[in-house]
Amino acid sequence: MVRGKNTTSLRIAASYLVLGIFSLVALYPVWQIFNISLRPSDRLLSTSLEFLPAHASLRNYVALFTERPFFLWLLNSTFIAVTVTATGVVLASTCGYAFSRYSFIGKKFGLLSLLVTQMFPATMLLLPMYIMLVQLHLINSYLGIVIMYSATALPFCIWQMKGYYDTIPTSLEEAGMIDGCSQLQTFTRIILPLAAPALVITALFSFMAAWTEYVVAAQILQDTEMWTLPLGLKSFESNMGSEWGLYGAASVIVTIPVVVLFLSLSRWLVSGLTLGSVKG
Amino acid sequence: MHNQTFRQRVFLYLLVAPAFIVLFGVVIYPFFYNIVLSLSNMNLRHIRDWRIVGFDQYIKVFTEPSQPDFYVVFLKTVIWTAVNLFFHVLLGVFLALVLNQKEIRGKAIFRAILVLPWAVPQLIVALTWRGMFNYEYGSINLMLTQWLGLPGVQWLRQPITAFIAVIITNVWLGFPFMMVIALGALQSIPHDLYEAADIDGASWYHKLRHITIPLIQPVMVPAITLGTIWTFNNLNIVWLVSNAGEPSDQTHLMVSFVYKAAFNFYRYGYGAALSMVIFFILLAFSLTFMKKSHATQNVYS
Repeated sequence: MVRGKNTTSLRIAASYLVLGIFSLVALYPVWQIFNISLRPSDRLLSTSLEFLPAHASLRNYVALFTERPFFLWLLNSTFIAVTVTATGVVLASTCGYAFSRYSFIGKKFGLLSLLVTQMFPATMLLLPMYIMLVQLHLINSYLGIVIMYSATALPFCIWQMKGYYDTIPTSLEEAGMIDGCSQLQTFTRIILPLAAPALVITALFSFMAAWTEYVVAAQILQDTEMWTLPLGLKSFESNMGSEWGLYGAASVIVTIPVVVLFLSLSRWLVSGLTLGSVKG
Repeated sequence: MHNQTFRQRVFLYLLVAPAFIVLFGVVIYPFFYNIVLSLSNMNLRHIRDWRIVGFDQYIKVFTEPSQPDFYVVFLKTVIWTAVNLFFHVLLGVFLALVLNQKEIRGKAIFRAILVLPWAVPQLIVALTWRGMFNYEYGSINLMLTQWLGLPGVQWLRQPITAFIAVIITNVWLGFPFMMVIALGALQSIPHDLYEAADIDGASWYHKLRHITIPLIQPVMVPAITLGTIWTFNNLNIVWLVSNAGEPSDQTHLMVSFVYKAAFNFYRYGYGAALSMVIFFILLAFSLTFMKKSHATQNVYS
């Protein structure tokens, strides 16, 4: 038994070592962004690996809001992300419910098609949509970009919601019906609250997709005043050196809400994803 | 629910219609439009006066000598996907196993830290790692030279090291997804199975081989399929870390290659055809993989 105890404590020590090393690997690039954002302008390109830059200052953060249209980009991004999230949650929660509870012609085909859209390369929809948006004069408009983002996020969200509804027993609706609820009432008052974890994940994915997307935005939003945060970020990065500190500060501001959302919802993340996308 | 009444039907259509209309406009119609484009000669010189030319663009995809070569890009994409998925699953499952031991304290904190790479926006991951791979000022080379006394590497200026840099970045951001999925799967395994195995004197390897792996497999297979598709199609990382294929278009994957053809060289017909080729490759892969692992039961049930 003594030997057993020793190997156990050895195993635990090794486990903490592994977790420690990987935590450092996970944290280092994130801390690196903070480090860059605090660098004063004469030390942007530093060759030291110190934990905090010498003469750290918040000047880059101030400059973002006073010398750059960063606040405008923040508003643009917030507006677009919130619109896309609302659209995604409404459409996916209703459509997913129908896929889960009713049988209708083309249901199987519809579900498979939703999966198949995940195999489209980015250009497959982007290119025809781009040409269509040009023809409809929707290039350089928020409507164009909201349409693009909703399109790319929706199939996965519907699939995910459908999977989660499948785990909720139908007897709940039957009980609701007996108590005199209409179909709409059973859906909104009984099923939707129970599907909260999946709704949260759907909202999170839609929000993150819109908040952080660069490649599509780069084609559609052309005026600087229309830009979203990722476009602004990239423009700072292109001038690595002169605007590297602005890049760091902007990245911190863009990342914080996403990471906070992500971590505070991570409790739901495991159940929502494994139940939703896997039990299909 | 069978025997649907008229009111139920109306309710059903109201549920499906909004999403379906949106999907038709933004997914189905563009999909067919893309097929038409792929059969056309649309490019910068033929924007208005384009016409259907049949399979010319597809023939070009496979035979036109391009810089970089189509087959090299294809091979690179396969290597990229395989290496990434290997490390994502290996690290993800390994960390989940370590984290899932009952003696470990501070699980929530470790999990939060280890999920960070997934939480940080890909754009920022890519641009920050690009900075870290910088020859003179990037922290990777600074560590190599200052801590290990090794010479610095010109990461982003040579095709092979640039490819490695892109892979390292993507491995970093991809393992938490698999870890989260594997953790969920591990938590659903009943404890008495392990207790019974302990009584039988099974070694950890036997428990891993005969309890853990078979029981997390049904959850991991769909996640791996999805992960493969996402990795194969991930445009952000390669485009942003290599800054649109640098050095001199030698760091392309299929998705970045087609993006460049479409949006930098305005070869719309060619881009649409190449998109279709990528799509069919992924479709063929998914069907075979899911069939082999019997995961399609989920889809059809």
